[in-house]
Amino acid sequence: MSGRRIFTKPARLAAVAPYVWMLLFFLVPFGFVVKISLSQTAIAQPPYTPVFDLAAGWTALRAAFDALSIDNFKLILGDHLYVVSYLRSLTVAAVSTAILLGIGYPIAYAMARLPRRWQPLAMMLVIVPFWTSFLIRIYAWINILQHDGLLNQLLLALHIVSKPVVWLSTDTAMYVGIVYSYLPFMVLPLYATLAKLPHSLSEAAADLGASPGRAFWLVTFPLSLPGIGAGVLLCFIPIVGEFVIPDLLAGSRSPMIGQTLWLEFFTNRDWPVASALAVLLLGVLLLPLLIYERAQRRQLEGKS
Amino acid sequence: MTEHAGYSAPAEVAGEPLLRIEAVEKRFGGFVAVDRLSLDINAGEFFALLGPSGCGKTTLLRMLAGFETPDAGRILLNGVDIAAVLPHERPVNMMFQNYALFPHLSVAANIAFGLKRARLPRKEIKARVAEMLALVRLEGLGKRKPDQLSGGQQQRVALARALALRPKLLLLDEPMAALDKKLRESTQLELMALQKRLGMTFVIVTHDQQEAMTVADRIGVMRAGKLDQVAAPRRLYEAPESRWVAEFVGDVNMLEGSMAGREHGRITIATGGAGDVVATEPREAAGNETICVAIRPEKIRLSLRGPAADAGHADAINRLDGTITDIGYAGGMTSYKVRLDRGATLLAAVANTTRLDVDAYHAGQHVVAWFSPDDCVVLTR
Repeated sequence: MSGRRIFTKPARLAAVAPYVWMLLFFLVPFGFVVKISLSQTAIAQPPYTPVFDLAAGWTALRAAFDALSIDNFKLILGDHLYVVSYLRSLTVAAVSTAILLGIGYPIAYAMARLPRRWQPLAMMLVIVPFWTSFLIRIYAWINILQHDGLLNQLLLALHIVSKPVVWLSTDTAMYVGIVYSYLPFMVLPLYATLAKLPHSLSEAAADLGASPGRAFWLVTFPLSLPGIGAGVLLCFIPIVGEFVIPDLLAGSRSPMIGQTLWLEFFTNRDWPVASALAVLLLGVLLLPLLIYERAQRRQLEGKS
Repeated sequence: MTEHAGYSAPAEVAGEPLLRIEAVEKRFGGFVAVDRLSLDINAGEFFALLGPSGCGKTTLLRMLAGFETPDAGRILLNGVDIAAVLPHERPVNMMFQNYALFPHLSVAANIAFGLKRARLPRKEIKARVAEMLALVRLEGLGKRKPDQLSGGQQQRVALARALALRPKLLLLDEPMAALDKKLRESTQLELMALQKRLGMTFVIVTHDQQEAMTVADRIGVMRAGKLDQVAAPRRLYEAPESRWVAEFVGDVNMLEGSMAGREHGRITIATGGAGDVVATEPREAAGNETICVAIRPEKIRLSLRGPAADAGHADAINRLDGTITDIGYAGGMTSYKVRLDRGATLLAAVANTTRLDVDAYHAGQHVVAWFSPDDCVVLTR
């Protein structure tokens, strides 16, 4: 980008608004979280020390600053329970995202290939679950997956199994829940990308001697990478921090980081450790975002 | 000569057309896009399919490329029916209307795309890409991405990519529709030169009759899924076989009437709006039904008193009195609308052969519009 652009006043305001929003509702609160993560637990109100009190004067503020430490981070990184929790979250997110991509891509591809007049209907069908509360839908899955639930009744009725299978409180149940809940976030960006691709590109590939499979891998797939990137990020990042689905559907054997954080915050009332967990989580999630950002920038630079 | 992967083109058969379209039909639901159409295209020919939008010309082209399968009929390439051969197995290439360049690939990779699918050796691919870039005068731009090129450059990449496999038959779908007028005209000439030099067979689809006339050896005028007339540009313009073709290709004055007399190879047609018009008798004898006389605007001459009496066969020359109503000045030409005393309106195009306006007429002026019987086309359909 080069050169100064002259914006009208409302345009300038509109350009600044998201930054103001981010500053007020993300950066400032995040500053509080970082500060708490550097504090120590205390049986007090609020439940940590030191507390910054502007009324106490400069010296007291200096002392409070000096009392901050990175002990909580050391504790987290030293305790393999936390590390395992992080790794578990990343694994679950990676596996779920892979499954989502595997299921979502064919769905999005088929949608994009539908006759134009059917596409809005297909999109509606993808979005329609959002009309029901997320929690209710997860509870519905509990009903389906429980011991005498719909799934087992069906399997028994079809004589596929002879006695009920344990579904609930397993990783399978959790993956079912996650994939079910996040599928629209994978399908929609992929569909948006694929629907934009002119059909003539596939035809040109075929015309130049590429079989349908080759045409897909050489033309459609590379051109859908931005959509894949967006879909993967939209799923991967929230799944890493997912709390409700593993809590309701998975066993309690190995908690994901979201569950650990909840435990520290509400059960242990250890705000500083919970905050440190959150700060570290953000650090972990920033990595894929930065990779995506770089890839996008490279693509943009290649174009201009 | 290299062929497409998985397909070996049959040898050329002497005396046979390169492409024979036999009673091909294509329907979309109840709509007949191409209606039992037959056409032969010879090797080395530049053929244009001309017609208004929706006439089925693009559907026909897409059937030649393999993107649509005919519901009936055969498409013979060198005598072999290719109607059911998949597009990637046909020795035919197409240049798409919007170019359909692969945006993620460089110009060179776009051109090499078909060569790689044909599994040519690397060295040969490289040489062929360089040759194609030189052919369309894009040397040095091989590493660019398509969206870093101008519209005209993109058009040439699309052409190079379609030519890279040296197809027997190149299909061009409105190849110049996206170019501005000046560029389009120079590109038309380039395309013709290229086609002659390479000796390939080109089939172009266009709705622009001027473009078709400029580039093509022969033109097939399509209407409602059928070919109305197939002829060389000059014949199409000067000897259209139907009212519709006469009106679609260029401007024309159409006078409707009935046969009133026949002598010395000339016929007299009594028209409502212009009185008796004398025309050279067409080869096919015209019946007594309603007939039309078509006269191109530039064949009509204007003067204040009509041709001198001693001009050859002056008695046979059609002279029609009228008044100028509208004037359209277009630089090289001026078109005058002449309202005849008998009621019809004629369009006359007069070349502005001198810089000074000594030959210009003004609105309201009384003139004689005259034309010879040879310049009349007698149409019975």
